[in-house]
Amino acid sequence: MSDTQYLAASTIEEAVNAHSKADGSARFLAGGTDLLVQIKSGIRKPNLVIDVKKIVELNSIEEISENEFVIGASVSGVNLNRNKKFSKLWPGVLEAFRLIGSEQIQGRASLGGNICNGSPAGDSVPALIAAGCMALIAGPNGKREIPIEEFHIGPGKTVLNNGEMLVSLKFPKREIHSSDTYLRMTPRTEMDIAVVGCGVNITFENNVCTAARVSLGAVAPTPLLIKEASKIMIGSDLNSEILDKVSKICMDSCDPIDDKRGTIDYRTKVAGVLFKRATLTTINRIKGN
Amino acid sequence: MAKIQVSTKINNENVEYLCEPHDTMLDVLRNQLELTGSKESCGSGDCGSCSIILDGELVCSCLMLAAEAEGSNLETIEGMSEGGKLHALQQKFLEKAALQCGICTPGFLMASKALLDHNPSPTETEVRFWLAGNLCRCTGYDKIVKAVLEVAEDMKETA
Repeated sequence: MSDTQYLAASTIEEAVNAHSKADGSARFLAGGTDLLVQIKSGIRKPNLVIDVKKIVELNSIEEISENEFVIGASVSGVNLNRNKKFSKLWPGVLEAFRLIGSEQIQGRASLGGNICNGSPAGDSVPALIAAGCMALIAGPNGKREIPIEEFHIGPGKTVLNNGEMLVSLKFPKREIHSSDTYLRMTPRTEMDIAVVGCGVNITFENNVCTAARVSLGAVAPTPLLIKEASKIMIGSDLNSEILDKVSKICMDSCDPIDDKRGTIDYRTKVAGVLFKRATLTTINRIKGN
Repeated sequence: MAKIQVSTKINNENVEYLCEPHDTMLDVLRNQLELTGSKESCGSGDCGSCSIILDGELVCSCLMLAAEAEGSNLETIEGMSEGGKLHALQQKFLEKAALQCGICTPGFLMASKALLDHNPSPTETEVRFWLAGNLCRCTGYDKIVKAVLEVAEDMKETA
């Protein structure tokens, strides 16, 4: 890393311009808990590291209208956790983000970094996909917005072009009778990488599901939105037959790898189990249990 | 290559240093500022032995660039005792033998201090979760957890 330059950008324009000029050899730095490890181990050798933590849009938690949040890409787990209203509206997103690393890591690691790192097992991503977040991206050609489920195109690969940065995440306005849950399976109980992760986000009123999004992580090259699940769940009372049916769809959607942390069969089976548990937990959260 | 000039505050003293863009905060603390209390063990954010408090938050100084400290407020283990008097946590770690080889101890002390700064009366579970980012291969953690809980208890009595 001896040739690396450091720039603390104060505006989006400054960061984007510097990144564009560096022609593919620059990296944005938020919490640094992935990037610095990658640089130290030689996996990445950026010529320029652009610190984005001083950019207001990236560092803020905003409620743009009642129950409608925009979270800056460099906001840390510790900071998001302090926003009591967000924690109440999106407990699944918060628990997914807070599962990442120790207190030391939580003090720095950012939501945007977890997304841009592009790991198929990144914990926050399935919860954000289930939440229905939009990714706000800025680049040399202006701004654009895409659904977060379209952000990843392969392990470590995202839709970001040269010069483009993730600015913030826009959450849909939170309706009443709604909640979300993120569950993951890890060999150890804490501070481990997900073998399977599952995010579920539901609106459930008078025993009828009126909105549902299900997402799975670590079971395919990218986190998945299980579109078929929404179709079956919406309009139903989420009885055990429905949950069995969707659980099967979750399992059929899996295309995982075999590795030391989990076999293909195991990951596939667990995906179905986690879907059911996350759904039941979410229903309980909505009912206030 | 041009070095970066950084002005920051460490343990309530204004400090200026020149660093390379790739220097970590831990590199500068140990190699330039001679604050060698913070240790490098893993260098990848797993062990917590380099823990410092940055603007009130517990962080690994090995996962932070020294250039990022511009305009910040840092606390390291060197600032923990006051006027030659040990901090209550340091004293209790000694009394309870909450250390053996001592390499992890500065990190544990900074993490424990950050915990009690944020949450003066943690449960045992909260202490164990909070200290999960600090690895100790000697003590088995029990004595450390008990020491932190006792300090919290003492603080309640004197408050």
